[in-house]
Amino acid sequence: MKEVGNIVLDTPRVHLKWQSIVWLALLLLLLFLLDVGLGSVKIPISDVFKTLLGRPIDNEAWQAIILKIRLPRSITAILAGAALSIGGLQMQTLFRNPLAGPSVLGITAGASLGVAAVMLAAGSATTAFSIHQLGIGGSWLIIIAATLGGALVLIAILAISFKIRDNVVMLIVGIMVANITIAIVSIWQFFSDPEQIQEYILWTFGSLGGVTNKQLGVLSIIVSLGVLFTFFLSKTLNVLLLGENYAQSMGLNIRRSRFMIIGVTSLLAGAITGFCGPIGFVGIAVPHLTRSFLNTSDHRVLVPSCVLVGGILMLLCDIISQVPGSQTVLPVNAVTAMIGSPIVIWIIIKRRNLKSSF
Amino acid sequence: MSDSKTILSTQNLAIGYKNKRTHKVVLSNLDLTLKTGELTCLLGPNGSGKSTLLRTIGGVQKPLGGEMRLGSVLLESVNSKELARMLSLVLTDRSAPGNLTGYALVSLGRFPYSSWMGNLDEKDEAQIHWAMDATGTTEFANTHVGELSDGEKQKVMIARALAQDTPIIFLDEPTAHLDLPNRIEIFHLLRELAVTSGKAILLSSHEMDMALTNADRLWLVTPEQTIITGVPEDLVINGSLEKSFARETLTFDYAVGSFKKESGVNRKGVYIQGPDILVKWTRNALERYGYGITTKETASIKINVSGELNSPEWRIDNQQITYKTIEQLLKEI
Repeated sequence: MKEVGNIVLDTPRVHLKWQSIVWLALLLLLLFLLDVGLGSVKIPISDVFKTLLGRPIDNEAWQAIILKIRLPRSITAILAGAALSIGGLQMQTLFRNPLAGPSVLGITAGASLGVAAVMLAAGSATTAFSIHQLGIGGSWLIIIAATLGGALVLIAILAISFKIRDNVVMLIVGIMVANITIAIVSIWQFFSDPEQIQEYILWTFGSLGGVTNKQLGVLSIIVSLGVLFTFFLSKTLNVLLLGENYAQSMGLNIRRSRFMIIGVTSLLAGAITGFCGPIGFVGIAVPHLTRSFLNTSDHRVLVPSCVLVGGILMLLCDIISQVPGSQTVLPVNAVTAMIGSPIVIWIIIKRRNLKSSF
Repeated sequence: MSDSKTILSTQNLAIGYKNKRTHKVVLSNLDLTLKTGELTCLLGPNGSGKSTLLRTIGGVQKPLGGEMRLGSVLLESVNSKELARMLSLVLTDRSAPGNLTGYALVSLGRFPYSSWMGNLDEKDEAQIHWAMDATGTTEFANTHVGELSDGEKQKVMIARALAQDTPIIFLDEPTAHLDLPNRIEIFHLLRELAVTSGKAILLSSHEMDMALTNADRLWLVTPEQTIITGVPEDLVINGSLEKSFARETLTFDYAVGSFKKESGVNRKGVYIQGPDILVKWTRNALERYGYGITTKETASIKINVSGELNSPEWRIDNQQITYKTIEQLLKEI
């Protein structure tokens, strides 16, 4: 705090924001425990805690359910929420467009193309075999295919990004590349057998449950590195809020910054799409929710907050998608949109400060 | 004025656009000097190449020919990081994100100096406080930029440029979408900043009256697609200003220093007599309707204005009837 004349300058209201971040972290922890505790098999809460704290419990089946199914699933939910939200935040800032999200550059579409290539085109017998052996979500084959598809589009986009000066042009090119990729998948589907299409469609529903403990290690490393890298880009993202011209006049290397921002977003979005399928909505909605709640555009606050809000939203959706107390599991992709959209509409109408962010 | 020195200069500069097929020269033969402690106004009609010039000498766009120097160093040899400490910009795009506070926005100006995470030290904060103080924006420190008026926002953007702590500031049409009081305020602010802080401030504008009143020096874009420079009054007197804004239907009023449109119809000459201020506004109205105002008492119509500013009376040709408003006068004349 500094006094200037009669006006107190509270050097950006950081204290308040840190308080909100602590609250968000507590909420995340609570939902995490709920998500692990709830499911189609009822497990007493004391046993859930014991298992999480590494103590043995009498019922080995329960222990296995918690450690091998629920825990990886909940952690995947947090990672997916965090990664997609961070990706969306960066795209919205880079393109200064409220409709941008991590899928805007066609990375998700590219990943879908990779998966479609494996499921629809390659010898149906072999893929069907491997998928059924390993389970659709948990197949390394699918993950590798998605990663390669996403990477292919990413390389194309990055190559184009070095040729183009204007971010708006870049955005349109990204959307068009996404459209081309989706069109290829459509044509592929048109000429495929119904069973193959069904498998592909199942994949597009998205799934948090398919990630095994081993894969989770890889996914956590990718997402943590991506989030950390984005946090280090906070200063760059902040100055980009004023637009490229101002940013350049303050000495920012626009092309290099854009390369890094697109690169890290693609990595995050590509990894999540590979491991969990194309999960929409979260990437667009969470940055808006976070900005709206915290009423700031400072990325040093927004990046950690988006990680937390993204994790919270994904955990909430996961809890709902498992329909507590029943055996049914809804596709996570449908739940994110169905639950999330009304929340976003409500908050944005109530706060009325969305438009001023851009 | 005596201790001002040249901080930016160009020699035989040509600017424009170049790609494989076309080579479009916008302005050429530019020998310009920008001096510290002065408000320089780049004046020219819309579309005359003002923004192109600012982009070129701001190091954003490559020149077609000639050389530019920052002090004694060639501009092309200065990298963007060094340039960011020499030159700051205030641009036309109204792009400030609404949910940054005034303070946060101004602090973005410290980008070239702050640590890699953008944390500010005491020197940064002192500079930000000075910038907000100098522009009278301290009261907006905790206000979100989206809640400010256009004029207030522009002042915050100027504060951001000041926070960048550069000896040169360029402003591209800083008063373009502001109302008159705000325009006057911004021009005054810039002039004062130039004088008190010793910065070289260059702004582009098409508003002649503002430039004539406030600028220490004009860079005037001429119809020959070059720029002549000088003290505003000199350029008025030698007719350069009239030439550069010339339109067939406009005439330059040397007494007022602005252009006026000649009405198509030519009516009779009128002689107006009375207190100066009332004569001025009567004349203004009559000229709009195509009357020629003469200084000869023998004119075919003679109008007498009398009374105070808030209770004037008009009389035509010494008739008995008096008119209380110009509206009545115009009906009868």
